[in-house]
Amino acid sequence: MAQSPLRLHEKSRSSLPIEYSTPENDLRIVGFWIFLAAELVLFGTLFATYLVLQSHTAGGPAPKDLFEVGPVMIETIVLLVSSFTCGLSTIELRRHNKKGLIFWLIVTVLLGLVFIGFEVNEFYTYAAHEGATLSSSAFLSGFFVLLGTHGCHVSLGIIWITGLIIQIAKRGVTPVTARKAFIVGLYWHFLDVVWIFIYTAVYLTGWVM
Amino acid sequence: MMDSFIHFLLHRFFVTGDPMIYGADASIALASIGIVVVVTYLKKWKWLWKEWLTSVDHKKIGIMYIIAALLMLFRGGVDALMMRTQLALPNMHFLTSEHYNQVFTTHGTIMIIFVAMPFIFGLMNIAVPLQIGARDVAFPFLNALSFWLFFFGAMLFNISFVIGGSPDAGWSSYAPYAELSMNPGVGQNYYLVGVQIAGIGSLASGINFLVTILKMRAPGMTLFKMPMFTWSILITSVIIIFAFPAFTVALALMSIDRLFGAHFFTIASGGSPMLWANLFWFWGHPEVYIVLLPVFGVFSEVIATFSHKTLFGYAVMVWSMVAISIIGFVTWLHHFFTMGNTAEVNAFFSISTAIIAIPTGVKIFNWLFTMNKGRIEFSTAMLWALAFIPNFTIGGVTGVMLALAPADYQYHNSYFLVAHFHSVLIAGPVFGIFCGLYYWWPKMFGYMLNERQGKLAFWVFMISFNICFMPMYIVGLLGMTRRMYTYPAGMGWTPFNFIETIGAFGMGAGFLIIAYNIVWSTLKGKRDTTGDPWNGRTLEWSIPSPAPEYNFATIPTVSARDAFAVAKTQEDQENKKERQLFQPIHMPNNSGIPIIMSLFMFIAGFGLVWEWYWMVIPGAIGIVVCMIVRSFQYNDHHIISIEEIERTERAAGRLS
Amino acid sequence: MRENENQAVQSEHAAFPWKQVFGLLLSLALTFLALWVVLGLSLSVHATLTIIIGLAILQALIQLFMFMHFTEGTEPVHQIIGIAFGLFVTAMVVVLTLWILYYAI
Repeated sequence: MAQSPLRLHEKSRSSLPIEYSTPENDLRIVGFWIFLAAELVLFGTLFATYLVLQSHTAGGPAPKDLFEVGPVMIETIVLLVSSFTCGLSTIELRRHNKKGLIFWLIVTVLLGLVFIGFEVNEFYTYAAHEGATLSSSAFLSGFFVLLGTHGCHVSLGIIWITGLIIQIAKRGVTPVTARKAFIVGLYWHFLDVVWIFIYTAVYLTGWVM
Repeated sequence: MMDSFIHFLLHRFFVTGDPMIYGADASIALASIGIVVVVTYLKKWKWLWKEWLTSVDHKKIGIMYIIAALLMLFRGGVDALMMRTQLALPNMHFLTSEHYNQVFTTHGTIMIIFVAMPFIFGLMNIAVPLQIGARDVAFPFLNALSFWLFFFGAMLFNISFVIGGSPDAGWSSYAPYAELSMNPGVGQNYYLVGVQIAGIGSLASGINFLVTILKMRAPGMTLFKMPMFTWSILITSVIIIFAFPAFTVALALMSIDRLFGAHFFTIASGGSPMLWANLFWFWGHPEVYIVLLPVFGVFSEVIATFSHKTLFGYAVMVWSMVAISIIGFVTWLHHFFTMGNTAEVNAFFSISTAIIAIPTGVKIFNWLFTMNKGRIEFSTAMLWALAFIPNFTIGGVTGVMLALAPADYQYHNSYFLVAHFHSVLIAGPVFGIFCGLYYWWPKMFGYMLNERQGKLAFWVFMISFNICFMPMYIVGLLGMTRRMYTYPAGMGWTPFNFIETIGAFGMGAGFLIIAYNIVWSTLKGKRDTTGDPWNGRTLEWSIPSPAPEYNFATIPTVSARDAFAVAKTQEDQENKKERQLFQPIHMPNNSGIPIIMSLFMFIAGFGLVWEWYWMVIPGAIGIVVCMIVRSFQYNDHHIISIEEIERTERAAGRLS
Repeated sequence: MRENENQAVQSEHAAFPWKQVFGLLLSLALTFLALWVVLGLSLSVHATLTIIIGLAILQALIQLFMFMHFTEGTEPVHQIIGIAFGLFVTAMVVVLTLWILYYAI
């Protein structure tokens, strides 16, 4: 067998699940973890900005005037459940169950689409009915950009998972597709973590203040 | 219709009315035509594309980084000379105030983002995989993408001065001045978008090198057996990964302010201009360490090599860098002590800034003790390292003065500050870059830079540097503030300014001698046939110069620090036998996607700068298509056969 | 390669995904608990914020450890240190920024 291009310290790889089965997969998964650590700082900076500007409503609507419990809870629950279904896809992946993996990824994508639908509707309601747009006040700039960045990440995740479903359908569960499915799972769970903090720092805090 | 289009071209698109700009237009056009003609005449297009532009080889990417950085250094240097010419005497009108503002903005931005950063990325691309006994970096494709993002980001920023006008809000681009209401036009957009594109590449490089160093070291090379340069890049990568996202956000927020009417940093509608300063420096202070720590690594290698001793206080060196990487994230406010903070806030950041001087000071002593009782060899690289120590210490000590918040009210934004950060950033990164360039040049190209010319360049540059910046400390204390485009006579500043200008031109001469040295040595330089011209101590010197595509024919096994120095003292016989046992090597394929995707990024970026969404959309689609194409590529490696390895090794004289 | 593929983590073979279900239920419970603390109780602003931030951190840890296989891999220490340093920097940028700009909030 040819020597690996990326010679690593050979740790016992055989006891690990399929996504860790090649040295290259190992590198990519660690690299993606580090990328997520960088994303933490990216979202942290957006949170810091939002929290500084939260009270800068410039005479326009304040958080309390805009946020409604119903849609926020639906978005939250949909995303939480999608994180769960994404977790199930990783389990099916480790069972080498191509059908189960694709099924749970499709469910995850659909839930992601529902989430995006509700979020777009929320933004539209604020802009069209309350006159609250990106340029209304510093608070709203912070709100739309923080949530918009998260929403863009979710949308990108939807495109990414869709592309991956095609690859898995074509190639089955191989070390490469398994690694990709595992990484997209990490990404999706991470976005749920970010949403937990949006739920807390934006909506709940908005109702408290 | 046609009339308004022509009017737009002449009055907004192209920068007109200044003879110097016309000169630049002409020279850019001539240089571009010249390059196209020469490459076509020599029939080198295919070679250029296949061997360089699509390369994912870390050594070639490193060389491209360094070429680009040298060109940018030339441009940033010309900016500096224009400023010094303007300030040589009182009441000069060589530049108008607006033009002066643009020049200091582009000087600062280019020197930090497009000179220091790519030069460091270049050196680490060349040296790190070789030092740890790896065949390439962890993500070679991503590495190429990082380079091309940097390159097109730099190009986008640079065309601003002939198309649309340069940014003029300083490299720190403080709000509210950099906002649309006070700074209309496209100049500031160029800054925001160009730097953003390059910054994404930097973040990717940080992740790439962190994973490379953590995961791809040769067997036996534990973390505490790594060469010090590799350690410095490990720590630098960590700082890049955690500092750049904040900058990405800050740039994006200001772009959204300017392009889509948000109110993050505006005065109107509740924006917070100070929030910009806060976010900018949250990245900006760690950025100082991003450009400094790697050159600390270079100096550590060079001082150990040319003192013919192992590095003194290895573990302390490592831990002091770790300390810097942590404390470096909690000192940023010292850049705006005077913006009106509470006493508690200023006190906290004043103390944290003073504390970070300790690990840096420790390192200075380690270098001194490394030289103690060593057989010091005064090569060009060593001269740069030796000059670094006292010159940088001056910058460090004045930094501690500036760190004291009450005293800072006196020094803030004066030429004392300008002198301080040039002492740090020239004696550190610039000396270090030249030091690394002379040190690793033979490994990059297989021939040596001429030492005599190199030493001449060193002395001219180093002495001129002191002539240029020492008077600035004085003139700063005499009350001259930074960024003033001219000054009246009779302030007592004139002689100092005149001396500074002489020094600045001296540094320009030093740079030209280095350029001459490179050209001369390319034609007549001594070949490095041994692969180990300096009697080096680390693994990069154990392989031929220049290194073959796969770097190491067999991956070495490491048992100690200074792995190659130890290997040279041991009996070599066994190793030689082992070397015959080659195995086929997997290597990543070249790819055109990084350059094409970055080109789409440039197109989308140019559209954003001008708010031409008809141009942004195809650019963005191109980026996404490139990503999808890449995702669906499964066959991206090739195999180098044993016969080919043997042929290569034999040609390098490594196989009898 | 074959052997590796067949040796996925044994405990996850064909078993009911208790960990995931439990994680989901816990997340939902914490989400509604936080909502109740905000809307149902009338604690002081300070106390409310402290509690809901605590609950959010708890929920993030559930995702990290129950869903994200945080401690798996050949050398999990790398991602653990990476994420920990990321959390440190994130905490610094949020807390110190709020402290610096407190007068403006």
